[in-house]
Amino acid sequence: MEMNPARRTVLRGAGSLGALSALVLAGVLKPTAVYAADWNKAAFEAKDTAGALKGIGAASTSESKDLMLKVPDIAENGAVVPVDVTCNIPKTSSISILVEKNPSPLCAHFEFANGAVADVSARLKMGQTSLVKAVAKADGKFYTAQKEVKVTVGGCGG
Amino acid sequence: MADPMKIRAQIKGDVAEIRILMGHPMETGQRKDAAGATVPAHFIQSMTVDVAGKRVVDGQIGTSVSRNPVFGFKMKGAKAGDKVVVNWVDNKGDKRTDEATVA
Repeated sequence: MEMNPARRTVLRGAGSLGALSALVLAGVLKPTAVYAADWNKAAFEAKDTAGALKGIGAASTSESKDLMLKVPDIAENGAVVPVDVTCNIPKTSSISILVEKNPSPLCAHFEFANGAVADVSARLKMGQTSLVKAVAKADGKFYTAQKEVKVTVGGCGG
Repeated sequence: MADPMKIRAQIKGDVAEIRILMGHPMETGQRKDAAGATVPAHFIQSMTVDVAGKRVVDGQIGTSVSRNPVFGFKMKGAKAGDKVVVNWVDNKGDKRTDEATVA
């Protein structure tokens, strides 16, 4: 029988992952000691906005005028869409950015400390015309702002 | 090893603006190459910004961030000469640390 090397690699990968999580469970390895283990997989791999919001702990959100989302009305190139989020709500501790219609809506999540101003700019990929949503956490509560960006050429298919 | 980041930190009024350009392909895992094979996902997952030895931004990012990511942050209380250290780690475990000085 012919061996399928790709399948072997997948199985081996799965085996070592299993062993790793067993170590984590056993308390031998603290998750923080493992590379990128603190990456919020559930939130980033969620396929819809509700799942992504749940992943970052934002079960209920309210709209706020003090959370400002700057995006272009029309993006000619969906591969590079500039966004700028500023939150003037006191005690803002984090800002997340989502693109509702992307295959995985959550784009980025930033936690601020030690004098950081709740203001972030970034460049996003957008597959199609979609609402862009900013979520800010301030004093334990979640606030949102959203705006539609029309995309003329998508940035996900390449 | 990935290309060095470009980091600029400048004081403007009472805040310091920190701009970071990272050189990274940010492959989503959904794109196909010319031969029709799926290009495996390869993207930065976490990044941090430390100024004068203190963690200022702790970020996690996904595949929806553009290729060669650019980020801008602002902070209060930074002084000229403070050291800015930026770190990133991607989904393959590649990482990069670069430094700049607040001007």
